Amino acid sequence: MTDATHDAAHGHGAPHASRRTYVIGFLLSVVLTAVPFWLVMTATLDATTTGVLIVAAAIVQILVHTVCFLHVNTQSEGGWTLMAYIFTAVLVLIVIAGSLWIMFHLNTNMMPMVDARSS
Amino acid sequence: MAADALNDTQAREPTFYLVEDEHHHEAGGSTLLGFWIYLMSDALIFATLFATFGVLSTAYAGGPIPREIFSLPLVALNTAILLVSSITYGFAMIAMQEGRLGGTKLWLIVTGLLGAAFVGIELFEFAELIHEGATPQRSAFLSAFFTLVATHGLHVTFGIIWLVVMLFQLNQRGLHPENQRRLQCLSMFWHFLDVVWIGVFTFVYLLGVLR
Amino acid sequence: MFDESVTRAIFGRLGWESFPFHEPILVITFAVVALLGLGIVGAVTKYKLWGYLWTEWFTTVDHKKIGIMYMILGIVMLLRGFADALMMRLQQSIAFGASEGYLPPHHYDQIFTAHGTIMIFFVAIPLVVGIVNYVMPLQIGARDVAFPFLNNLSFWLTVAGAGLVMVSLFVGEFSRGGWLNYVPVANIENSPGTGPDYYLWALQIAGIGTTLSGINMVVTIIKMRAPGMTMMKMPVFCWTALCSNVLVIAIFPVLTAAFAMLMLDRYVGTNFFTNDLGGNAMMYWNLVWIWGHPEVYVLILPVFGIYSEITSTFTGKRLFGYSSMVYATVVITILSYLVWLHHFFTMGSGASVNSFFGIATMVISIPTGAKIFNWLFTMYRGRIRFELPMMWVIAFMITFVVGGMTGVLLAVPPADFVLHNSLFLVAHFHNVIIGGVVFGLFAGMDYWFPKAFGFRLDRFWGKVTFWGWVIGYWVAWTPIYIVGLMGTTRRVNHFEDPALQPWFIIAAIGAVIILIGIVAFVIQIGVSIKNRDKLRDTTGDPWDGRTLEWSTSSPPPNYNFAFQPQIHDLDAWYDMKKRGAQRPEKGFKPIHMPRNTGAGVILSALAAVLGFAMIWYIWWLAAICAVALLVYSIAHTFNYNRDYYIPVDEVAEQEDARTRLLAAGA
Repeated sequence: MTDATHDAAHGHGAPHASRRTYVIGFLLSVVLTAVPFWLVMTATLDATTTGVLIVAAAIVQILVHTVCFLHVNTQSEGGWTLMAYIFTAVLVLIVIAGSLWIMFHLNTNMMPMVDARSS
Repeated sequence: MAADALNDTQAREPTFYLVEDEHHHEAGGSTLLGFWIYLMSDALIFATLFATFGVLSTAYAGGPIPREIFSLPLVALNTAILLVSSITYGFAMIAMQEGRLGGTKLWLIVTGLLGAAFVGIELFEFAELIHEGATPQRSAFLSAFFTLVATHGLHVTFGIIWLVVMLFQLNQRGLHPENQRRLQCLSMFWHFLDVVWIGVFTFVYLLGVLR
Repeated sequence: MFDESVTRAIFGRLGWESFPFHEPILVITFAVVALLGLGIVGAVTKYKLWGYLWTEWFTTVDHKKIGIMYMILGIVMLLRGFADALMMRLQQSIAFGASEGYLPPHHYDQIFTAHGTIMIFFVAIPLVVGIVNYVMPLQIGARDVAFPFLNNLSFWLTVAGAGLVMVSLFVGEFSRGGWLNYVPVANIENSPGTGPDYYLWALQIAGIGTTLSGINMVVTIIKMRAPGMTMMKMPVFCWTALCSNVLVIAIFPVLTAAFAMLMLDRYVGTNFFTNDLGGNAMMYWNLVWIWGHPEVYVLILPVFGIYSEITSTFTGKRLFGYSSMVYATVVITILSYLVWLHHFFTMGSGASVNSFFGIATMVISIPTGAKIFNWLFTMYRGRIRFELPMMWVIAFMITFVVGGMTGVLLAVPPADFVLHNSLFLVAHFHNVIIGGVVFGLFAGMDYWFPKAFGFRLDRFWGKVTFWGWVIGYWVAWTPIYIVGLMGTTRRVNHFEDPALQPWFIIAAIGAVIILIGIVAFVIQIGVSIKNRDKLRDTTGDPWDGRTLEWSTSSPPPNYNFAFQPQIHDLDAWYDMKKRGAQRPEKGFKPIHMPRNTGAGVILSALAAVLGFAMIWYIWWLAAICAVALLVYSIAHTFNYNRDYYIPVDEVAEQEDARTRLLAAGA
């Protein structure tokens, strides 16, 4: 068996962790967590801007975790790790966005509910 | 006859069967990919719970609303605990890579204790809410809230149980390759739960209070 | 006699009234089943086969045996599911005007629910999983799947689910909410009985099995292909198996979560899908259809793969357009996740949402059409051998295409507004499932039976099966299309308009013709076993096949391949035959194999009892089972001794036996 097939067949075990990656990931995550909490708890900016910022921070922090803690990269398992991750991310988006879109339209077309504070 | 095809030394003649010492897949070579794919399926369970929470997030039924019941300082504390537990698990993995059994076990125990603190605080939060009348049965919003957060908490609990079992197995067989593989899987699981928590504190707690 | 609360504590809500003593149909059915069961148990005991069954079959981790067990499960459940169909056809052919028929709505609703649930979850899924299990590892040149123990566990979890559904026939009642257990019917206030609970527990347990199986198959295909077999040199069947199992992993979690939320509503009083306190029943529909639509592609994709293998083999040509087949399969996989709303166009999501999903639904028919053309082009100018598998392919092409077209018709939202929940819809999906999935499964069984058992299936009874199914399908379902177009609603046990009756009578006759097909199939198996020496195949390659499974003996040795094959081209076995590859007859090595285990049986049995206890509110029993499951699973992880090596002389013995067999046949 050639080396090429050898490498293709074996993902060479788990990705190797390094202290540096973990600490960088941790520090980034601390910032990306503390800032959103601070923004909401002090109500420094208006609600919409705050909302956008904290969602953006969440997305970035998820990516930080993905790279620094989960070690997702293009080499792992011959690229299948990343492929599975991206595919799942797309499906997660479809499930959440699709459901929200559909249910919002359904609710709009439904008769009004009795209780004023419920939707 | 058959021997000619076997003694395949000419470059032109293709081999159809591997007769030299075949480099068979080391036992458990598929485990990491398999576990990763399981995690992807778990992500979809959470996606469904998030979608349901999104749809029901304003279905208060005249009951409590997020601002009334969420204590952001408590959530911030819990978030910090979980985040620190992620890096302590990371240190455990580095110790494992460097072959230090004692260091591995130590950092695992710290991680487990942090995880237990997380679950404990969450249970305290739930108890408070229920005591105030904000029960899962009160409204669809609360049903979705409790289910999403409790599912995450249940996963953390299973992670802790798994961690304890690993400590026993590390005592039995040290850094056996099978144990290392299992710790790598638990590592993926633990970090994955922290990723889900990012979604929870952002979309449930922070956005909820903002509304 | 006993204090009410003590009885409640021990037996939950199980009581004498849970047994249908007053329903003659069920009493008779139970008597027959009990007699049959006792007969089988008695025979196994008499011939002292329990030990053999346990060590060779129940505890096996061999993908081939697990595949065969899945097939047996699917065929047995087909008989139950079809019995439900016959009952419905009979009722609907007589219940007009003053005649109420023999099935009141309460009973009829359970029958159509059970029929659909069983046919999809316990017939179609096991049969498809069974064939993929058996064939795929052989086709990629592997010795087993990636996780052999999980494979065994997946099978037994499916059996546990099937068992719960079967028990519901005699203890308590089944759901009346259709095969997807719709809310609000399935809400606790509308169905306080055991119906939806049986449904939910059976499918949660079986669903875990299916999800684990999906992960298993995907990892196997990714990691365990023989050297030289790149993804684009893999048989098309393996591509379709890959995509189908990717879908399984992607969708079953959604169903699991949806069912869990309904369980919470029923057990704990949450308000996910209730009618008050903010609940939203449509969210349940939304979620189950996110599962439900890709599910049908889970079923049809491997069957498309079967058709590809058979068409190519029996026309003696390489499959036309291999790359486009692969791309079509991948595109179908992705698109199948974008069409689910077409199952509830009429629920009021409005024009923009309906248009998006309507167009997406129409688009998804295009790659399927491409596949049909590829099969036709493969056949064109080929030397077609009309063996049974090929006959099924032709029947599929004619039947399925009609079903696909009615699907595109339904994809147009305004048309669907008229046809939603009519019998036209019911005819459409039976058209594609029978014409597509069922015909393909029969084709696959005829094709691969000789590989699994070493002898062919009897041709005559195979033809009776074929014509029974094909003629029966058209006679049974064409009238249903017609009454559906006329506006007849589904899921009703009685009609007012007597003008419809002739159509339903024809449909009932069609069902009887299908019954002939099913009986012929059972006879076919019996006759083939009886005449197995005459039908024997010693070459391992009775059809002059093109893929690797035909390079092994029939049946293959438990290790599949003594030496791992080295792949150079698509249609690897055809390539080997063409270039005169010689089978190695010496130089064997010890072979690394996984051990059998009883853990799958035990875990699934515990899960089944847990499900039963939860259904009947027997809390103490449920708690014990839950704890036992956890403890046993943890204990199982302490077993590190899970494999062994087959010694060289055992390998040599099996291979030498084959050498002699091949020489004798030559």
